Amino acid sequence: MTFLCALSVVIALVPLAFILFFVLRQGLPALNWAFFTEMPKPVGETGGGMANAIVGTGILIGLAALIAVPIGITCGVYITEFNTTRLAPAVRFAADILNGVPSIVIGVFAYAIAVLPFRRFSALAGGVALGVMMIPIIVRTTEELLALVPSSLREGALALGATRGRAVATVILPAALPGIVTGVLVALARVAGETAPLLFTAFNNRFFSTALGQPIGSLTVQIFTYAISPYEDWHRQAWAGATVLIAAVLAFSLLARAVTRRLERMHRG
Amino acid sequence: MEDEASVVDQPGIRIQTAVRTDAVPEAERQAITIRNVQFYYGEKQVLFDIGMDIGENRVTALIGPSGCGKSTLLRCLNRMNDLIEGARIRGEVKVKDRDIYGAGVDVIEVRRRIGMVFQKSNPFPKSIYDNVVYGLRIAGQRDRRKLDEACEASLQRAALWDEAKDRLQESALSLSGGQQQRLCIARAIAVEPEILLMDEPSSALDPLAAVKIEELIYSLKERYTIVIVTHNLQQAARVSDKTAFFWLGRLVEYGATPQMFTNPREKLTEDYITGRFG
Repeated sequence: MTFLCALSVVIALVPLAFILFFVLRQGLPALNWAFFTEMPKPVGETGGGMANAIVGTGILIGLAALIAVPIGITCGVYITEFNTTRLAPAVRFAADILNGVPSIVIGVFAYAIAVLPFRRFSALAGGVALGVMMIPIIVRTTEELLALVPSSLREGALALGATRGRAVATVILPAALPGIVTGVLVALARVAGETAPLLFTAFNNRFFSTALGQPIGSLTVQIFTYAISPYEDWHRQAWAGATVLIAAVLAFSLLARAVTRRLERMHRG
Repeated sequence: MEDEASVVDQPGIRIQTAVRTDAVPEAERQAITIRNVQFYYGEKQVLFDIGMDIGENRVTALIGPSGCGKSTLLRCLNRMNDLIEGARIRGEVKVKDRDIYGAGVDVIEVRRRIGMVFQKSNPFPKSIYDNVVYGLRIAGQRDRRKLDEACEASLQRAALWDEAKDRLQESALSLSGGQQQRLCIARAIAVEPEILLMDEPSSALDPLAAVKIEELIYSLKERYTIVIVTHNLQQAARVSDKTAFFWLGRLVEYGATPQMFTNPREKLTEDYITGRFG
Protein backbone atom coordinates (compact mmCIF):
# COMPACT_ATOMS: atom_id res chain seq x y z
CA MET A 1 0.00 0.00 0.00
CA THR A 2 2.73 2.40 1.04
CA PHE A 3 4.60 1.40 -2.07
CA LEU A 4 1.60 2.15 -4.30
CA CYS A 5 1.18 5.55 -2.72
CA ALA A 6 4.85 6.34 -3.18
CA LEU A 7 4.66 5.18 -6.80
CA SER A 8 1.69 7.48 -7.46
CA VAL A 9 3.62 10.38 -6.02
CA VAL A 10 6.55 9.61 -8.34
CA ILE A 11 4.26 9.30 -11.37
CA ALA A 12 2.62 12.60 -10.49
CA LEU A 13 5.92 14.37 -10.14
CA VAL A 14 7.62 12.91 -13.21
CA PRO A 15 5.95 15.25 -15.74
CA LEU A 16 6.92 18.27 -13.66
CA ALA A 17 10.50 17.07 -13.43
CA PHE A 18 10.65 16.39 -17.19
CA ILE A 19 9.15 19.75 -18.09
CA LEU A 20 11.58 21.59 -15.86
CA PHE A 21 14.49 19.51 -17.10
CA PHE A 22 13.82 20.00 -20.81
CA VAL A 23 12.85 23.65 -20.61
CA LEU A 24 15.88 24.52 -18.56
CA ARG A 25 18.25 22.42 -20.67
CA GLN A 26 17.07 24.04 -23.89
CA GLY A 27 16.22 27.43 -22.49
CA LEU A 28 19.06 28.36 -20.19
CA PRO A 29 21.77 28.28 -22.90
CA ALA A 30 19.58 30.49 -25.08
CA LEU A 31 19.03 33.03 -22.31
CA ASN A 32 21.16 36.09 -22.14
CA TRP A 33 20.81 39.71 -21.15
CA ALA A 34 19.83 40.69 -24.68
CA PHE A 35 16.77 38.47 -24.41
CA PHE A 36 15.34 40.83 -21.79
CA THR A 37 16.44 44.11 -23.33
CA GLU A 38 16.36 43.72 -27.11
CA MET A 39 13.61 43.46 -29.67
CA PRO A 40 13.08 40.47 -31.94
CA LYS A 41 15.46 40.41 -34.92
CA PRO A 42 14.22 39.72 -38.43
CA VAL A 43 14.59 36.18 -39.71
CA GLY A 44 18.16 35.41 -40.64
CA GLU A 45 19.75 37.67 -38.07
CA THR A 46 20.73 35.87 -34.89
CA GLY A 47 20.33 37.31 -31.42
CA GLY A 48 17.68 39.74 -30.37
CA GLY A 49 15.24 39.30 -27.52
CA MET A 50 11.65 39.45 -26.36
CA ALA A 51 11.61 42.73 -24.45
CA ASN A 52 8.33 43.67 -26.12
CA ALA A 53 6.68 40.38 -25.14
CA ILE A 54 7.89 40.52 -21.53
CA VAL A 55 6.53 44.05 -21.09
CA GLY A 56 3.38 43.01 -22.97
CA THR A 57 2.69 40.11 -20.62
CA GLY A 58 3.23 42.43 -17.68
CA ILE A 59 0.73 44.95 -19.06
CA LEU A 60 -1.80 42.24 -19.90
CA ILE A 61 -1.86 40.63 -16.46
CA GLY A 62 -1.83 44.09 -14.87
CA LEU A 63 -4.97 44.98 -16.83
CA ALA A 64 -6.51 41.62 -15.97
CA ALA A 65 -5.88 42.23 -12.28
CA LEU A 66 -7.35 45.74 -12.49
CA ILE A 67 -10.52 44.28 -13.95
CA ALA A 68 -10.82 41.06 -11.95
CA VAL A 69 -9.67 41.98 -8.43
CA PRO A 70 -12.32 44.61 -7.62
CA ILE A 71 -15.11 42.65 -9.31
CA GLY A 72 -14.06 39.30 -7.85
CA ILE A 73 -13.63 40.50 -4.29
CA THR A 74 -16.82 42.57 -4.26
CA CYS A 75 -18.74 39.63 -5.65
CA GLY A 76 -17.24 37.26 -3.05
CA VAL A 77 -18.09 39.68 -0.24
CA TYR A 78 -21.62 40.13 -1.50
CA ILE A 79 -22.48 36.45 -1.57
CA THR A 80 -20.91 35.66 1.82
CA GLU A 81 -21.91 38.71 3.81
CA PHE A 82 -25.04 40.19 2.32
CA ASN A 83 -27.02 37.69 0.32
CA THR A 84 -26.07 34.38 1.80
CA THR A 85 -29.12 32.24 1.29
CA ARG A 86 -30.56 32.78 -2.16
CA LEU A 87 -27.84 34.14 -4.36
CA ALA A 88 -24.73 32.50 -2.94
CA PRO A 89 -25.24 28.95 -4.23
CA ALA A 90 -26.14 30.26 -7.68
CA VAL A 91 -23.10 32.51 -7.90
CA ARG A 92 -20.85 29.74 -6.59
CA PHE A 93 -22.16 27.43 -9.29
CA ALA A 94 -21.80 30.08 -11.98
CA ALA A 95 -18.23 30.77 -10.89
CA ASP A 96 -17.37 27.09 -11.11
CA ILE A 97 -18.82 26.87 -14.59
CA LEU A 98 -17.02 30.00 -15.74
CA ASN A 99 -13.84 28.50 -14.31
CA GLY A 100 -14.38 25.43 -16.43
CA VAL A 101 -15.09 27.27 -19.69
CA PRO A 102 -12.24 26.55 -22.15
CA SER A 103 -9.95 29.56 -22.37
CA ILE A 104 -10.35 29.73 -26.17
CA VAL A 105 -14.07 30.30 -25.66
CA ILE A 106 -13.34 33.11 -23.24
CA GLY A 107 -11.10 34.51 -25.96
CA VAL A 108 -14.03 34.41 -28.39
CA PHE A 109 -16.19 36.21 -25.83
CA ALA A 110 -13.57 38.93 -25.34
CA TYR A 111 -13.24 39.18 -29.11
CA ALA A 112 -16.97 39.81 -29.36
CA ILE A 113 -17.15 42.49 -26.69
CA ALA A 114 -13.76 44.17 -26.86
CA VAL A 115 -12.40 43.64 -30.38
CA LEU A 116 -15.34 43.69 -32.78
CA PRO A 117 -16.87 47.00 -31.61
CA PHE A 118 -13.52 48.79 -32.10
CA ARG A 119 -12.49 46.82 -35.15
CA ARG A 120 -9.03 46.43 -33.68
CA PHE A 121 -7.03 43.93 -31.64
CA SER A 122 -5.83 45.60 -28.46
CA ALA A 123 -4.04 45.10 -25.17
CA LEU A 124 -7.29 46.10 -23.52
CA ALA A 125 -9.16 43.23 -25.15
CA GLY A 126 -6.42 40.83 -24.00
CA GLY A 127 -6.75 42.22 -20.49
CA VAL A 128 -10.52 41.67 -20.60
CA ALA A 129 -10.04 38.06 -21.69
CA LEU A 130 -7.55 37.29 -18.92
CA GLY A 131 -9.62 39.27 -16.41
CA VAL A 132 -12.71 37.21 -17.18
CA MET A 133 -10.63 34.10 -16.52
CA MET A 134 -9.44 35.45 -13.17
CA ILE A 135 -12.84 36.53 -11.85
CA PRO A 136 -14.19 33.08 -10.89
CA ILE A 137 -10.93 32.13 -9.16
CA ILE A 138 -10.98 35.32 -7.10
CA VAL A 139 -14.69 35.03 -6.29
CA ARG A 140 -14.20 31.50 -5.00
CA THR A 141 -11.08 32.32 -2.99
CA THR A 142 -12.68 35.39 -1.43
CA GLU A 143 -15.83 33.50 -0.59
CA GLU A 144 -14.02 30.53 0.92
CA LEU A 145 -11.72 32.71 2.99
CA LEU A 146 -14.47 35.00 4.26
CA ALA A 147 -16.37 31.93 5.40
CA LEU A 148 -13.31 30.95 7.44
CA VAL A 149 -13.35 34.23 9.39
CA PRO A 150 -14.87 33.31 12.76
CA SER A 151 -18.41 34.64 13.16
CA SER A 152 -17.39 35.86 16.62
CA LEU A 153 -15.42 38.65 14.91
CA ARG A 154 -18.48 39.61 12.89
CA GLU A 155 -20.62 39.66 16.04
CA GLY A 156 -17.97 41.58 17.95
CA ALA A 157 -17.91 44.36 15.39
CA LEU A 158 -21.72 44.52 15.13
CA ALA A 159 -22.09 44.56 18.92
CA LEU A 160 -19.91 47.67 18.98
CA GLY A 161 -22.35 49.43 16.70
CA ALA A 162 -20.77 48.74 13.32
CA THR A 163 -23.02 48.46 10.30
CA ARG A 164 -22.63 45.30 8.24
CA GLY A 165 -20.67 47.13 5.57
CA ARG A 166 -18.41 48.71 8.14
CA ALA A 167 -17.78 45.37 9.84
CA VAL A 168 -16.80 43.84 6.50
CA ALA A 169 -14.48 46.68 5.54
CA THR A 170 -12.76 47.13 8.88
CA VAL A 171 -12.67 43.67 10.43
CA ILE A 172 -13.72 40.81 8.20
CA LEU A 173 -11.90 41.63 4.95
CA PRO A 174 -8.66 42.54 6.74
CA ALA A 175 -8.82 39.26 8.65
CA ALA A 176 -9.15 37.33 5.37
CA LEU A 177 -6.66 39.48 3.47
CA PRO A 178 -3.57 37.23 3.55
CA GLY A 179 -5.49 34.41 1.92
CA ILE A 180 -7.16 36.67 -0.62
CA VAL A 181 -3.81 38.13 -1.66
CA THR A 182 -2.51 34.61 -2.19
CA GLY A 183 -5.57 33.77 -4.25
CA VAL A 184 -5.05 36.82 -6.46
CA LEU A 185 -1.37 35.96 -7.02
CA VAL A 186 -2.21 32.36 -7.85
CA ALA A 187 -4.84 33.55 -10.32
CA LEU A 188 -2.29 35.92 -11.88
CA ALA A 189 0.23 33.11 -12.23
CA ARG A 190 -2.44 31.00 -13.87
CA VAL A 191 -3.48 33.56 -16.49
CA ALA A 192 0.10 34.68 -17.17
CA GLY A 193 0.58 31.35 -18.91
CA GLU A 194 -2.54 31.57 -21.09
CA THR A 195 -2.14 31.70 -24.86
CA ALA A 196 -5.48 30.86 -26.39
CA PRO A 197 -7.51 33.83 -25.10
CA LEU A 198 -4.84 36.22 -26.39
CA LEU A 199 -4.65 34.90 -29.95
CA PHE A 200 -7.50 37.03 -31.23
CA THR A 201 -7.71 39.69 -28.55
CA ALA A 202 -4.26 41.09 -27.81
CA PHE A 203 -3.05 39.41 -31.01
CA ASN A 204 0.70 39.96 -31.18
CA ASN A 205 3.05 42.78 -31.89
CA ARG A 206 6.62 42.46 -33.09
CA PHE A 207 7.32 46.00 -32.01
CA PHE A 208 7.59 47.53 -28.59
CA SER A 209 4.22 48.93 -27.55
CA THR A 210 2.60 50.03 -24.34
CA ALA A 211 -0.49 51.48 -25.99
CA LEU A 212 -3.62 49.90 -24.53
CA GLY A 213 -5.57 50.44 -27.75
CA GLN A 214 -3.04 48.65 -29.94
CA PRO A 215 -2.17 44.98 -30.40
CA ILE A 216 0.47 43.93 -27.92
CA GLY A 217 3.00 41.12 -27.76
CA SER A 218 3.01 38.54 -24.99
CA LEU A 219 5.43 35.84 -23.96
CA THR A 220 2.98 33.03 -24.56
CA VAL A 221 1.87 34.08 -28.04
CA GLN A 222 5.47 34.85 -28.97
CA ILE A 223 6.56 31.39 -27.81
CA PHE A 224 3.74 29.86 -29.83
CA THR A 225 4.67 31.81 -32.96
CA TYR A 226 8.36 31.02 -32.64
CA ALA A 227 7.88 27.38 -31.74
CA ILE A 228 5.85 26.61 -34.88
CA SER A 229 8.24 28.55 -37.12
CA PRO A 230 10.80 26.66 -39.24
CA TYR A 231 13.78 28.65 -37.99
CA GLU A 232 16.34 27.13 -35.64
CA ASP A 233 17.13 30.48 -34.03
CA TRP A 234 13.49 31.20 -33.28
CA HIS A 235 13.17 27.78 -31.65
CA ARG A 236 15.97 28.68 -29.28
CA GLN A 237 14.24 31.98 -28.50
CA ALA A 238 11.01 30.09 -27.77
CA TRP A 239 12.81 27.86 -25.27
CA ALA A 240 14.28 30.92 -23.60
CA GLY A 241 10.82 32.48 -23.47
CA ALA A 242 9.41 29.33 -21.87
CA THR A 243 12.15 29.44 -19.26
CA VAL A 244 11.35 33.04 -18.40
CA LEU A 245 7.64 32.28 -18.22
CA ILE A 246 8.11 29.33 -15.88
CA ALA A 247 10.46 31.37 -13.72
CA ALA A 248 7.89 34.17 -13.56
CA VAL A 249 5.07 31.82 -12.56
CA LEU A 250 7.31 30.26 -9.94
CA ALA A 251 8.21 33.72 -8.66
CA PHE A 252 4.52 34.56 -8.32
CA SER A 253 3.92 31.44 -6.26
CA LEU A 254 6.88 32.17 -4.01
CA LEU A 255 5.76 35.78 -3.67
CA ALA A 256 2.29 34.58 -2.74
CA ARG A 257 3.70 32.44 0.04
CA ALA A 258 5.99 35.18 1.29
CA VAL A 259 3.18 37.75 1.35
CA THR A 260 0.86 35.35 3.15
CA ARG A 261 3.43 34.59 5.80
CA ARG A 262 4.24 38.25 6.25
CA LEU A 263 0.62 39.31 6.63
CA GLU A 264 -0.15 36.45 8.94
CA ARG A 265 2.74 37.36 11.17
CA MET A 266 1.47 40.93 11.30
CA HIS A 267 -1.87 39.64 12.51
CA ARG A 268 -0.54 37.16 15.01
CA GLY A 269 1.93 39.64 16.47
CA MET B 1 -44.85 42.94 45.41
CA GLU B 2 -45.64 40.14 43.08
CA ASP B 3 -46.61 40.49 39.49
CA GLU B 4 -48.26 37.33 38.30
CA ALA B 5 -47.37 37.36 34.64
CA SER B 6 -48.44 33.84 33.85
CA VAL B 7 -48.87 30.46 35.34
CA VAL B 8 -47.86 27.54 33.18
CA ASP B 9 -48.65 23.92 33.74
CA GLN B 10 -45.87 21.47 33.22
CA PRO B 11 -46.40 17.79 33.84
CA GLY B 12 -45.93 17.41 37.57
CA ILE B 13 -44.46 20.83 38.11
CA ARG B 14 -46.14 24.12 38.61
CA ILE B 15 -44.02 26.97 37.39
CA GLN B 16 -44.80 30.50 38.25
CA THR B 17 -43.43 33.13 35.99
CA ALA B 18 -43.20 35.89 38.45
CA VAL B 19 -41.27 39.00 39.19
CA ARG B 20 -40.25 39.40 42.76
CA THR B 21 -38.47 42.41 44.07
CA ASP B 22 -38.23 41.65 47.76
CA ALA B 23 -35.02 42.68 49.56
CA VAL B 24 -34.42 45.40 46.99
CA PRO B 25 -35.17 49.02 47.87
CA GLU B 26 -38.36 50.31 46.31
CA ALA B 27 -36.60 53.42 45.02
CA GLU B 28 -34.23 51.43 42.84
CA ARG B 29 -34.08 52.72 39.29
CA GLN B 30 -34.66 50.26 36.51
CA ALA B 31 -32.27 50.21 33.56
CA ILE B 32 -34.16 47.59 31.58
CA THR B 33 -37.76 46.51 31.78
CA ILE B 34 -38.80 43.34 30.00
CA ARG B 35 -42.51 42.62 29.54
CA ASN B 36 -44.26 39.58 28.03
CA VAL B 37 -41.34 38.63 25.83
CA GLN B 38 -41.92 35.62 23.58
CA PHE B 39 -39.09 34.56 21.32
CA TYR B 40 -39.10 32.19 18.39
CA TYR B 41 -36.49 30.57 16.17
CA GLY B 42 -38.67 29.88 13.16
CA GLU B 43 -41.61 27.85 14.49
CA LYS B 44 -39.88 26.89 17.71
CA GLN B 45 -40.65 29.05 20.70
CA VAL B 46 -37.66 29.35 23.01
CA LEU B 47 -38.73 32.10 25.43
CA PHE B 48 -42.14 32.11 27.07
CA ASP B 49 -43.65 35.23 28.51
CA ILE B 50 -40.57 36.66 30.18
CA GLY B 51 -41.06 39.66 32.42
CA MET B 52 -38.40 41.17 34.63
CA ASP B 53 -36.85 44.48 35.69
CA ILE B 54 -33.11 44.97 35.72
CA GLY B 55 -31.82 47.54 38.17
CA GLU B 56 -29.43 50.31 37.31
CA ASN B 57 -25.82 49.85 38.42
CA ARG B 58 -26.58 46.33 39.56
CA VAL B 59 -25.15 43.06 38.46
CA THR B 60 -27.94 40.73 37.38
CA ALA B 61 -27.07 37.09 36.78
CA LEU B 62 -29.06 34.85 34.46
CA ILE B 63 -28.64 31.18 35.37
CA GLY B 64 -30.14 27.90 34.25
CA PRO B 65 -29.25 24.72 32.40
CA SER B 66 -28.02 24.79 28.79
CA GLY B 67 -30.76 25.59 26.32
CA CYS B 68 -32.95 27.30 28.90
CA GLY B 69 -32.99 30.52 26.89
CA LYS B 70 -30.83 32.72 29.10
CA SER B 71 -28.35 33.56 26.33
CA THR B 72 -31.21 34.17 23.93
CA LEU B 73 -32.74 36.62 26.37
CA LEU B 74 -29.39 38.36 26.80
CA ARG B 75 -29.06 38.72 23.05
CA CYS B 76 -32.56 40.19 22.87
CA LEU B 77 -31.33 43.08 25.00
CA ASN B 78 -29.03 44.51 22.32
CA ARG B 79 -30.87 43.06 19.34
CA MET B 80 -28.07 40.69 18.39
CA ASN B 81 -30.77 38.15 17.58
CA ASP B 82 -31.76 40.33 14.63
CA LEU B 83 -28.84 38.73 12.80
CA ILE B 84 -30.33 35.26 13.01
CA GLU B 85 -32.57 34.40 10.13
CA GLY B 86 -36.07 33.38 11.18
CA ALA B 87 -35.73 34.80 14.68
CA ARG B 88 -38.82 36.64 15.95
CA ILE B 89 -39.63 38.45 19.15
CA ARG B 90 -42.92 39.60 20.63
CA GLY B 91 -43.34 41.70 23.73
CA GLU B 92 -41.54 44.73 25.00
CA VAL B 93 -37.96 45.45 25.99
CA LYS B 94 -37.44 48.95 27.31
CA VAL B 95 -34.03 50.39 28.01
CA LYS B 96 -34.29 53.59 30.03
CA ASP B 97 -37.98 53.82 29.10
CA ARG B 98 -37.36 53.49 25.37
CA ASP B 99 -38.66 50.44 23.57
CA ILE B 100 -35.63 49.12 21.69
CA TYR B 101 -37.90 47.17 19.34
CA GLY B 102 -40.08 50.20 18.65
CA ALA B 103 -40.61 51.68 15.21
CA GLY B 104 -37.87 53.99 14.04
CA VAL B 105 -35.33 52.71 16.55
CA ASP B 106 -31.78 52.74 15.21
CA VAL B 107 -30.28 49.29 15.90
CA ILE B 108 -26.75 50.68 15.57
CA GLU B 109 -27.55 53.24 18.26
CA VAL B 110 -29.00 50.53 20.51
CA ARG B 111 -25.86 48.41 20.19
CA ARG B 112 -23.66 51.41 20.92
CA ARG B 113 -25.52 52.09 24.16
CA ILE B 114 -25.49 48.44 25.19
CA GLY B 115 -22.08 46.80 25.11
CA MET B 116 -21.53 43.08 24.87
CA VAL B 117 -18.80 40.68 25.91
CA PHE B 118 -18.87 37.19 24.45
CA GLN B 119 -18.09 33.76 25.84
CA LYS B 120 -15.07 33.33 23.62
CA SER B 121 -12.87 36.39 23.57
CA ASN B 122 -12.95 37.85 20.07
CA PRO B 123 -10.24 40.46 19.66
CA PHE B 124 -9.91 41.71 16.10
CA PRO B 125 -6.67 40.81 14.32
CA LYS B 126 -5.41 44.36 14.87
CA SER B 127 -3.22 46.10 17.41
CA ILE B 128 -4.32 46.38 21.04
CA TYR B 129 -4.84 50.11 20.54
CA ASP B 130 -6.94 49.68 17.41
CA ASN B 131 -9.09 47.11 19.20
CA VAL B 132 -9.88 49.40 22.14
CA VAL B 133 -10.75 52.44 20.01
CA TYR B 134 -12.60 50.46 17.33
CA GLY B 135 -16.06 51.45 18.57
CA LEU B 136 -15.09 55.11 18.84
CA ARG B 137 -13.57 55.15 15.37
CA ILE B 138 -16.65 53.68 13.72
CA ALA B 139 -18.71 56.23 15.62
CA GLY B 140 -16.69 58.89 13.81
CA GLN B 141 -14.13 59.92 16.43
CA ARG B 142 -10.95 60.99 14.61
CA ASP B 143 -9.23 63.13 17.25
CA ARG B 144 -6.06 61.27 18.12
CA ARG B 145 -5.83 62.79 21.60
CA LYS B 146 -9.38 61.78 22.51
CA LEU B 147 -8.73 58.27 21.23
CA ASP B 148 -5.52 58.03 23.28
CA GLU B 149 -7.34 59.16 26.40
CA ALA B 150 -10.24 56.76 25.86
CA CYS B 151 -7.79 53.92 25.22
CA GLU B 152 -5.95 54.52 28.47
CA ALA B 153 -9.10 55.04 30.53
CA SER B 154 -10.77 51.90 29.18
CA LEU B 155 -7.71 49.73 29.68
CA GLN B 156 -7.35 51.12 33.22
CA ARG B 157 -10.96 50.29 34.00
CA ALA B 158 -10.55 46.82 32.50
CA ALA B 159 -7.44 46.30 34.69
CA LEU B 160 -5.26 45.73 31.63
CA TRP B 161 -3.38 49.02 31.42
CA ASP B 162 -0.29 47.96 33.36
CA GLU B 163 0.16 44.85 31.27
CA ALA B 164 -0.58 46.49 27.93
CA LYS B 165 0.67 50.07 28.13
CA ASP B 166 4.10 49.30 26.66
CA ARG B 167 2.76 47.21 23.80
CA LEU B 168 -0.29 49.06 22.55
CA GLN B 169 0.84 48.70 18.93
CA GLU B 170 1.38 44.95 19.19
CA SER B 171 -1.22 42.56 17.87
CA ALA B 172 -4.09 41.87 20.25
CA LEU B 173 -3.67 38.19 19.45
CA SER B 174 -0.31 38.19 21.24
CA LEU B 175 -2.16 38.60 24.57
CA SER B 176 -3.03 35.64 26.77
CA GLY B 177 -6.61 34.31 26.88
CA GLY B 178 -7.51 36.17 30.08
CA GLN B 179 -5.91 39.37 28.80
CA GLN B 180 -7.80 39.03 25.52
CA GLN B 181 -11.08 38.81 27.40
CA ARG B 182 -10.21 41.89 29.45
CA LEU B 183 -9.30 43.62 26.20
CA CYS B 184 -12.77 42.79 24.86
CA ILE B 185 -14.25 44.30 28.01
CA ALA B 186 -12.09 47.42 27.54
CA ARG B 187 -13.24 47.58 23.93
CA ALA B 188 -16.89 47.34 25.01
CA ILE B 189 -16.63 50.07 27.68
CA ALA B 190 -14.57 52.42 25.49
CA VAL B 191 -17.76 53.56 23.76
CA GLU B 192 -19.25 54.47 27.18
CA PRO B 193 -22.28 52.19 27.05
CA GLU B 194 -24.95 52.38 29.74
CA ILE B 195 -25.35 48.65 29.97
CA LEU B 196 -22.88 45.82 29.65
CA LEU B 197 -24.08 42.37 28.62
CA MET B 198 -21.78 39.45 29.34
CA ASP B 199 -22.35 36.00 27.91
CA GLU B 200 -20.38 33.56 30.07
CA PRO B 201 -17.38 35.87 30.01
CA SER B 202 -15.03 33.64 31.98
CA SER B 203 -16.14 30.12 31.09
CA ALA B 204 -13.32 29.68 28.57
CA LEU B 205 -10.64 30.94 30.97
CA ASP B 206 -8.47 29.29 33.59
CA PRO B 207 -9.57 29.83 37.23
CA LEU B 208 -7.07 32.62 37.96
CA ALA B 209 -8.03 34.59 34.87
CA ALA B 210 -11.69 33.98 35.75
CA VAL B 211 -11.17 35.51 39.19
CA LYS B 212 -9.71 38.61 37.57
CA ILE B 213 -12.79 38.94 35.37
CA GLU B 214 -15.02 38.60 38.44
CA GLU B 215 -13.12 41.31 40.29
CA LEU B 216 -13.46 43.44 37.22
CA ILE B 217 -17.23 42.91 37.07
CA TYR B 218 -17.44 43.94 40.68
CA SER B 219 -15.56 47.18 40.07
CA LEU B 220 -17.46 47.97 36.85
CA LYS B 221 -20.91 48.01 38.42
CA GLU B 222 -20.29 51.47 39.84
CA ARG B 223 -20.49 52.82 36.32
CA TYR B 224 -22.50 50.27 34.38
CA THR B 225 -25.55 48.12 34.64
CA ILE B 226 -24.32 44.58 34.08
CA VAL B 227 -26.29 41.56 32.94
CA ILE B 228 -24.28 38.35 33.01
CA VAL B 229 -25.14 34.88 31.80
CA THR B 230 -23.21 32.22 33.65
CA HIS B 231 -23.09 28.47 34.10
CA ASN B 232 -20.98 28.88 37.18
CA LEU B 233 -23.31 29.16 40.16
CA GLN B 234 -20.56 30.19 42.55
CA GLN B 235 -19.74 32.99 40.17
CA ALA B 236 -23.36 34.11 40.09
CA ALA B 237 -23.44 34.04 43.89
CA ARG B 238 -20.21 36.02 44.16
CA VAL B 239 -20.72 38.79 41.61
CA SER B 240 -24.43 39.42 41.29
CA ASP B 241 -26.95 41.46 43.23
CA LYS B 242 -29.92 39.70 41.73
CA THR B 243 -30.28 36.33 40.10
CA ALA B 244 -32.83 35.04 37.62
CA PHE B 245 -33.29 31.30 37.16
CA PHE B 246 -34.52 30.06 33.79
CA TRP B 247 -35.83 26.65 32.89
CA LEU B 248 -37.11 25.52 29.49
CA GLY B 249 -37.52 29.05 28.25
CA ARG B 250 -39.38 30.27 31.29
CA LEU B 251 -38.34 32.57 34.10
CA VAL B 252 -38.83 30.42 37.18
CA GLU B 253 -37.60 32.69 39.92
CA TYR B 254 -36.03 36.11 40.15
CA GLY B 255 -34.82 37.70 43.34
CA ALA B 256 -31.98 39.00 45.43
CA THR B 257 -28.97 36.73 45.05
CA PRO B 258 -28.38 35.88 48.74
CA GLN B 259 -31.99 34.89 49.13
CA MET B 260 -32.01 32.86 45.89
CA PHE B 261 -29.02 30.85 46.99
CA THR B 262 -30.00 30.31 50.62
CA ASN B 263 -33.76 30.22 50.59
CA PRO B 264 -35.27 29.93 47.12
CA ARG B 265 -39.05 30.03 46.87
CA GLU B 266 -39.36 27.46 44.12
CA LYS B 267 -38.56 23.79 44.49
CA LEU B 268 -37.10 23.80 40.95
CA THR B 269 -34.65 26.57 41.80
CA GLU B 270 -33.53 24.73 44.90
CA ASP B 271 -33.00 21.52 42.93
CA TYR B 272 -30.92 23.32 40.35
CA ILE B 273 -28.83 25.27 42.83
CA THR B 274 -28.13 22.22 44.95
CA GLY B 275 -27.05 20.34 41.85
CA ARG B 276 -29.88 17.86 41.67
CA PHE B 277 -30.15 18.49 37.92
CA GLY B 278 -28.77 20.76 35.26
